[in-house]
Amino acid sequence: MRDINIKYIEGQIRIPSACGLSGYINTRGELTSGGHIVDAMSVMRERGNGLGAGFAGYGIYPDREDYYAFHIFFEDPKAREETSSLLYNYLDVVQEEKIPTRKVKNIRNAPMIWRYFVKPKEEYLEEDVSEDDFIVDLVMKINSEIKGAYVFSSGKNMGVFKGVGYPEDIGEFYKLEEYNGYSWTAHSRFPTNTPGWWGGAHPFSLLDWTVVHNGEISSYGTNVRYIEMFGYKCTLMTDTEVITYIMDLLIRRHRLPVDIVVKALAPPFYSTVERLDEEEKNKIKAIRAVYQSCLLNGPFSIIVGFKNGLISLTDRIKLRPLVAGKSGDFVYMASEESAIRELSPKLDRVWMPRGGEAVISMLEEKRILV
Amino acid sequence: MERDRTLKTIDAEGLHYKVLNEMIRESLTDGYQELRLLNVNGQRYISDGLTFPQSVLEVYGTPGNDLGIFMNGLTIKVFGNAQDGVANTMNDGEIVIYGSAGDLAGYGMRGGRIFIRDSAGYRIGIHMKEYQDKIPVIVIGGGSGDFLGEYMAGGRIISLGLNTSEDEITGYFCGTGMHGGAIYIRGKIPEYKLGKETKMIDADENDLEFLKKYIMDFSNYFDLNFDCIMDRPFYKLIPYNRRPYGRLYAY
Repeated sequence: MRDINIKYIEGQIRIPSACGLSGYINTRGELTSGGHIVDAMSVMRERGNGLGAGFAGYGIYPDREDYYAFHIFFEDPKAREETSSLLYNYLDVVQEEKIPTRKVKNIRNAPMIWRYFVKPKEEYLEEDVSEDDFIVDLVMKINSEIKGAYVFSSGKNMGVFKGVGYPEDIGEFYKLEEYNGYSWTAHSRFPTNTPGWWGGAHPFSLLDWTVVHNGEISSYGTNVRYIEMFGYKCTLMTDTEVITYIMDLLIRRHRLPVDIVVKALAPPFYSTVERLDEEEKNKIKAIRAVYQSCLLNGPFSIIVGFKNGLISLTDRIKLRPLVAGKSGDFVYMASEESAIRELSPKLDRVWMPRGGEAVISMLEEKRILV
Repeated sequence: MERDRTLKTIDAEGLHYKVLNEMIRESLTDGYQELRLLNVNGQRYISDGLTFPQSVLEVYGTPGNDLGIFMNGLTIKVFGNAQDGVANTMNDGEIVIYGSAGDLAGYGMRGGRIFIRDSAGYRIGIHMKEYQDKIPVIVIGGGSGDFLGEYMAGGRIISLGLNTSEDEITGYFCGTGMHGGAIYIRGKIPEYKLGKETKMIDADENDLEFLKKYIMDFSNYFDLNFDCIMDRPFYKLIPYNRRPYGRLYAY
């Protein structure tokens, strides 16, 4: 176990549970400033308690789009030194810098926050090890072996910005309005079971996968045991982390289509399955049989971001809220309609997806349809 | 001038819910009969615990969660969609929504009425209760999500399913844990959508008398044709038992 400096531990203060989510995508890939999603989160201020907030933006590093962008928290210079030597050993580092931040009154105890634009060195890549696999292994190694270092973002042309504070403060701290992305997600945290610390803020990310989550994963133990068999290590002391790795495993490595994956995470009840037609019934039963250990039990609503789109999903009996909206090329998802209205007062359509029903919104750009 | 004392408009843009609620309370206490809130977006607990049975509050925009929570009397008209928890533990008053409502509308409601023009979310009327003449009523114009009337102990829910496909009039698990009150459905829903504790029977003459009163108000509020709405059979969901879990924990 790592030592963490935290004042707020479950049981020592009263915490009514909430958490706020929002996300949007321009399906034609048009870029918008990260400032908008900060505004959307501010109308849901009551959903968080200042113990964690974060954002993910896609399309924000067009000049370095071929490089993995590592965002890393260092708790001390030694952690940075150790990590740095590891990075330079295995990767071609084309740029390293402190992530620009502002001084914000309510943000204290920030770790050192750096970013590196990297590529695996040719000599380490073998026939059966892809660049992505190599990066995943390296992220797992740093997060589990180097004390005080956490890679919290490792995708291409995207980045996570998170910390302890309210979303408005974290957005201001990271100068989020200076980044432009085609898709954004955000989270405001109300931690209930686990400590509020910088690494524990959402989104949780690996490669270009990001997950923001409201709820509790009561199947966490089962889920972790399953993904550990594939080399993933859960080190961040929060249940949400495991969803990120499940996404990477099922979509990138097992190459399952998104609409199948959401059925594995939130499968319909057997009583519902019985009424489906034969083909659909067999499909759902097969998914449940093979990926039983990926079923997420307990109340949740999540928004998953990746380079090709956004997915939102709630648990089967909808114990956490989620609203979706559409306006032109924009698709919005949030815990509350007001957050969507803040982004776009006029909507073509606004709806509440049913429990277990995913909203899948993919980027229409040609280059990713290949 | 007397006329000026009756109507007041408040621009809610950017106001925190505490400030907004203080302004509402002060204005009603000052004697304004009608308040109009403009640019409401996400402010929670609007009209929390207020007792102004003669006054009307018009909300333009998207009010936040727990609209009308603990309210003892006031008419609220929402021109937009309401979010989750409308009329949470409300004692009395009326909420008319010219749009849809989110999850949990009527949560633990003890009295008063909610009229929802369009659809409603999950768990509408959860834990509703009644006592003597305090009988809360929810009328849903469109369809609703799963767990309609969950753990319902009293009160009435009227689900009209207007402009809604047959499959979407209600979700699954209707009346799960229900042990009092009644849910009226315009049209029949399949047996598999009922919770274990609930059965469906035909609505009788007394039921129709009751329904007419509320559906008349509903059609007046939303300018709909009363006769068209009544021109379909109504069914009634009631609990099998007043203590469905009586034998679960004790023998």
